[in-house]
Amino acid sequence: MPMLNYLWIILAVPLAGSALNGIFGAKWPKRTVNTIAIGSVGLSFLAVLEAIREFWRLSPDQIPVVKNFFTWMVAGPFRVNFSLRVDQLTIVMLLVVTFVSLLVHIYSTGYMAHEGGYYRFFSYLNLFVFFMLTLVLADNLVLMFVGWEGVGLCSYLLIGFWFLKQSAISAGKKAFITTRLGDMAFTVGILLAFWTFSSVDFGTMFGKVTGMPADTMGHAGVLTVICILLFVGAIGKSAQLPLYVWLPDAMEGPTPVSALIHAATMVTAGVYMVARMSPLFSRAPIAMMMVAITGAITAFYAATIGLVQTDIKKVLAYSTVSQLGYMFLGCGVGAYAAGIFHLMTHAFFKGLLFLAAGSVIHAMGGEQDMRGMGGLRKKIPVTYWTMFAATLAIAGAPGFAGFFSKDEILDAAGSGPHANIVLWILGLAGAGLTSFYMFRLLFLTFFGRGRYDEHKVHVHESPRNMTVPLILLAILSLGGGWMAAPHLAGGVDHFEAFLHPVFSAYAPQTTGIEQQASLAGSAGEAGGMEHNPGMEVLHAVTGPPVIVALIGFLFAWWFYIKDREAPRKLAKGLRGAYLLLLNKYWVDELYQAAFIGPLLWISRNALWRGVDAGLIDGAVNGSARLARGSGGQLRKLQSGNTRSYATWIVIGAAGFTVLLLGLWMVR
Amino acid sequence: MVPVSYYLVLSAVLFGLGVVAFIFKRNVITIFMSIELMLNAVNLAFVAFARAWHQLDGLVFVFFVIVVAAAEAAVGLAIVITIAHNRRTLNVEEVNLLKF
Repeated sequence: MPMLNYLWIILAVPLAGSALNGIFGAKWPKRTVNTIAIGSVGLSFLAVLEAIREFWRLSPDQIPVVKNFFTWMVAGPFRVNFSLRVDQLTIVMLLVVTFVSLLVHIYSTGYMAHEGGYYRFFSYLNLFVFFMLTLVLADNLVLMFVGWEGVGLCSYLLIGFWFLKQSAISAGKKAFITTRLGDMAFTVGILLAFWTFSSVDFGTMFGKVTGMPADTMGHAGVLTVICILLFVGAIGKSAQLPLYVWLPDAMEGPTPVSALIHAATMVTAGVYMVARMSPLFSRAPIAMMMVAITGAITAFYAATIGLVQTDIKKVLAYSTVSQLGYMFLGCGVGAYAAGIFHLMTHAFFKGLLFLAAGSVIHAMGGEQDMRGMGGLRKKIPVTYWTMFAATLAIAGAPGFAGFFSKDEILDAAGSGPHANIVLWILGLAGAGLTSFYMFRLLFLTFFGRGRYDEHKVHVHESPRNMTVPLILLAILSLGGGWMAAPHLAGGVDHFEAFLHPVFSAYAPQTTGIEQQASLAGSAGEAGGMEHNPGMEVLHAVTGPPVIVALIGFLFAWWFYIKDREAPRKLAKGLRGAYLLLLNKYWVDELYQAAFIGPLLWISRNALWRGVDAGLIDGAVNGSARLARGSGGQLRKLQSGNTRSYATWIVIGAAGFTVLLLGLWMVR
Repeated sequence: MVPVSYYLVLSAVLFGLGVVAFIFKRNVITIFMSIELMLNAVNLAFVAFARAWHQLDGLVFVFFVIVVAAAEAAVGLAIVITIAHNRRTLNVEEVNLLKF
């Protein structure tokens, strides 16, 4: 298995591409920069494919494949290896990351064609791929943290890519600092994990945790604390309540960046981390509940804000926050496979939505406000059809990718072992809202008449290097969920079955009741299969998620196609609610007043004016002033008058004599 | 034999006279002489101790002091002559340009 022995190649190629473009790219023509950027990610993708081919031939006892390349650092018992791990979960993430990255790279060659700093963009993008793959492949928490911080850095660099724009700079800083809050907890979580398990390697940790007593709902032991700390890191990185505020602002970056980093890959790192640490989370019910509640509330909350946004990218940003909430909801109720499944399908359809939105913005010559669009259906048909497919997928239309994954999550929230009716209702309501705001976006952008000046804006379809990625992602949005399809008819969910070894290997011993319940469940499934697969499918495609999605669609159709005055009337009727949503619950203002303002005030008045200018500068300037002042007085002794010198000498000699005599007497 | 304290008192008196003259006189040559007076007061103390304790160290020191005094007189008087040439005065009060 040559590729699996040289896993570092998958990482090294994008890093080399980034370095080459970053160092020499400024002098190279765009064609060379393109070749290196796309080529490196493409090679990485091919390496992943080869690794998967070899992985497929392994026997179950050879999985996970862990390769240690060198020891990174040793400090007493603290030992971190540069070791990479490949199991089913890694395979899914590797495929998603490298494939979406490849498409986004290709798309960017069209989207960024007229931008300055072309090589810089691709250098950052390649660097991002490197760090994301490090995060995914890492076999210990510390190496994972390297990737975790690295993608944060690339996110910061790319949000602030147009660094002459004040808003872009602020957005970059906001993203970096907000995620840093979560990362602080994450770091403490890593240290606590090391303190508990005396190792940060996944294999060792998971092996030790199986021998430990699991925490229960009423008992928050060290496992719960570790899990909560790690999850706080995920809250920051994956933009959950209350640290989601950076993601909508991150839309200041170029649109391909929003697609790759702020929709498909980086923001899902938190979900991946929770799934990866599932042996720990499964033994910490309180942490699990926290994950599920945070996810469910975020899913609903962000969707409500998305309802009234007018910036096409902002709608998608809040949608991303909401969908990430679904993933956490899935993980939180123990359906890790469903969470990862939604992560994958989301990477396809949300990546596509952002790229299509980028294509729309490109066509409109930079316009992002949906109120200034409309009627683009005929003018940019490829963008329209691909975006339509993605909208169906995210709304959960039966047969599309999002339908399968969202259905599984809601299913787990509604009837799984950790089911909770409140979480289920929140998720369901969020699904209805999702359908509404996505069709609203579609109708406002592509339907009706154009609300722009036809003479000024020359609407044109994007070049082929932008449309081909759209089409490929559209195909995946259509077909990306079908591996779970047999599940609907009571059969096997192939995706879940594929991931099953990862999540079951270290799963806690189920108690008798749960075992019975799961047995009963499987018996029921088997029974259903015997009875009537057709009825099962019918039941699934007419289930509550589909119905609320349909309601959402109908509302959107009524508001934005049929009766265009209706939204205005509703906004006037529910003015308070409308303003609340339009101003995003005033959360930014609240944070400004509650945290940022006081912090700035303390920094400015206490730290800057008090400590820095007062204490530190005061000490330095004060000693200088003391030396100068005393010197100014002392220099008057040098009067030029010889007799005064003589007097001083005599006084000095007399003083010394007295001193010596005094000392002698004391002795 | 005369006790050593007699010599010391004489030495102290001579040194004190030298100090007072050093401080209060204005003529640069008089100041010079008062320095010589102080040096020789010290020499007297050295010699007295050397004789009292039968040690040669004090005598050796006296020679050193005499040599240094001679050198100092040579250089000092040269400076005094130069000042007298340039400033037409021997009053130290008027030679005060080197100051802050």
